[in-house]
Amino acid sequence: MGRLEVLKTYKIYIGGAFPRTESGRTYPLHGKKGDLLANICLSSRKDVRNAVVAARKAFGGWSEKTAFNRGQILYRIAEMMEGRKAQLMEELVAMGFTKVAAEKEVLLSIDRCIYYAGWCDKYQAVVSSVNPVASAHFNFTVAEPTGVVAIIADEKTGLLGLVSLLLPILAGGNTAVVLASQSLAMSSITLAEIIHSSDVPGGVVNILTGDLNELAETFSTHMDINALALSRSTDLKKKIAENCTVNVKRFFSYDKNWADASAQGLHFISDFQEYKTTWHPIEKIGGAGGGY
Amino acid sequence: MKTMVPNLKNIINHSPSIDKVGVEERCARFQSRSIKNESKWEGLKMVLSMIDLTTLEGKDTPGKVKQMCYKAHHLNDNMSDLPNVAAVCVYPSMVKLAKKELIGTNIKVASVSTAFPSGQAPLSVKLSDTKFAVDNGADEIDMVISRGEFLSGDYNFVHDEIATIKEACGHARLKVILETGELSTLDNVRLASDIAILAGADFIKTSTGKISPAATMPVTYTMLQAIRDHYVATGKMIGMKPAGGISNSKLALHYLVMVKETVGDEWLNNTYFRFGASSLANDVLMQIQKAKTGIYSSADYFSID
Repeated sequence: MGRLEVLKTYKIYIGGAFPRTESGRTYPLHGKKGDLLANICLSSRKDVRNAVVAARKAFGGWSEKTAFNRGQILYRIAEMMEGRKAQLMEELVAMGFTKVAAEKEVLLSIDRCIYYAGWCDKYQAVVSSVNPVASAHFNFTVAEPTGVVAIIADEKTGLLGLVSLLLPILAGGNTAVVLASQSLAMSSITLAEIIHSSDVPGGVVNILTGDLNELAETFSTHMDINALALSRSTDLKKKIAENCTVNVKRFFSYDKNWADASAQGLHFISDFQEYKTTWHPIEKIGGAGGGY
Repeated sequence: MKTMVPNLKNIINHSPSIDKVGVEERCARFQSRSIKNESKWEGLKMVLSMIDLTTLEGKDTPGKVKQMCYKAHHLNDNMSDLPNVAAVCVYPSMVKLAKKELIGTNIKVASVSTAFPSGQAPLSVKLSDTKFAVDNGADEIDMVISRGEFLSGDYNFVHDEIATIKEACGHARLKVILETGELSTLDNVRLASDIAILAGADFIKTSTGKISPAATMPVTYTMLQAIRDHYVATGKMIGMKPAGGISNSKLALHYLVMVKETVGDEWLNNTYFRFGASSLANDVLMQIQKAKTGIYSSADYFSID
């Protein structure tokens, strides 16, 4: 007797749980030959709101973790992805990638996790500074995470674009609300499962699937989102940037080939940092006088 | 409930037992109502007008109470036509100050008393605690019942204590806190409600906020049933105040639905229904802001309480 295959329900990821969209809507995701791969959640404004609440709640705990511990956790994501390589590739192939392209994307994504895991306890030392001032002050600048960051992930890569933005944002101590690629949504939900089993606290990463045209307004105007990273070419770009001024969100647009070597680097972390400068009164140090 | 003379003996013997599963199912249904935008907007304003803005901490300072009193009548100066909250709720030592801060407003000052939150003190202490608050100008007294006595079956003691405190309240309205988190069963909640009502409570209140679980829908529903049955039997309206744990607007609206469908429209005002809460007000304000501007707000733009 033939066995009936058990199919996975692709749900969204909010606050460390996998709910269906609050709206109850779905859209069909088709393979290359028009075969139905899955019904994917078509998230609504309320899902965005719930995700932001979860991300805000998780922010304190995540940003206060030691840099070293954050690095360990991000490394753990890479470990988990390595173990599920086959599944990630299979899904990309089902969604239309060639085998070679799928393998390249998955391996590069894993490497990118390792890359940013390494940066966690190092970027502070690079971007912070002790500043020379003309008075008896010890003057120093440190970087702090921006807060809750919205990521409108790349539409053309199922995994790589998302990982390439999510990881530096997490490395810097931010929490994230992600709108995944609409046409390649399966990989992003599998990634959510991987993150869920990687000691990343619930709420630090929230992944939604859906239509940017419907959600752009909510993402860009939400007063509790502190920065927005757009990695998609869309007619809405100008509108999104304008809306971000409502609460002076930081807005970054990355139109990139994420497979490129230049698509990783320190500035993806430092874009989502705020700089705090402290003037600490001191007596003269070592005869250096006011010029210290 | 059968018609009978409401005396303590009858109540102890005939206070109905509560079907917990049924109550939970009913409460789940209150939460599945679809509330349309216009009703939601009115409902949220109603919620604001029913809040007892509360600070009951050992670390309370005059400054904190002053700030809270200011907030009570300046919920958000950027939004017009917002109601004031119903009352502020403080410890007896802060009543005088709160009263002074609220001169010229219609906001009441409620004071907890009777050795809040444990209630573990002799009657004489509880009485002087209450009198102190009343003498300082408290409009409402929130007393706690003696849960130890109640659980060991000394219902007469509980009843008489409430009646004595009620007498000491004078014109101040008396809210009786059952501390349902310590009463274990809904049967006990119902019995305690009946006793408190018989002893002269103007309001019955779920919790001190110091014990978890605090206010829950099943508990509030059970208490509302006691209020409804008392109303049917005697025609007298008793108020209800769930307190603790109601911190978001959606849940508060579900409570209003429950009030409407259990006791009726007459209870939908701050004379007969209150929310004891500290963080609910900000959440409601955020939702009202959302309704007005269409964009989701952030806690960064509201007062820290």
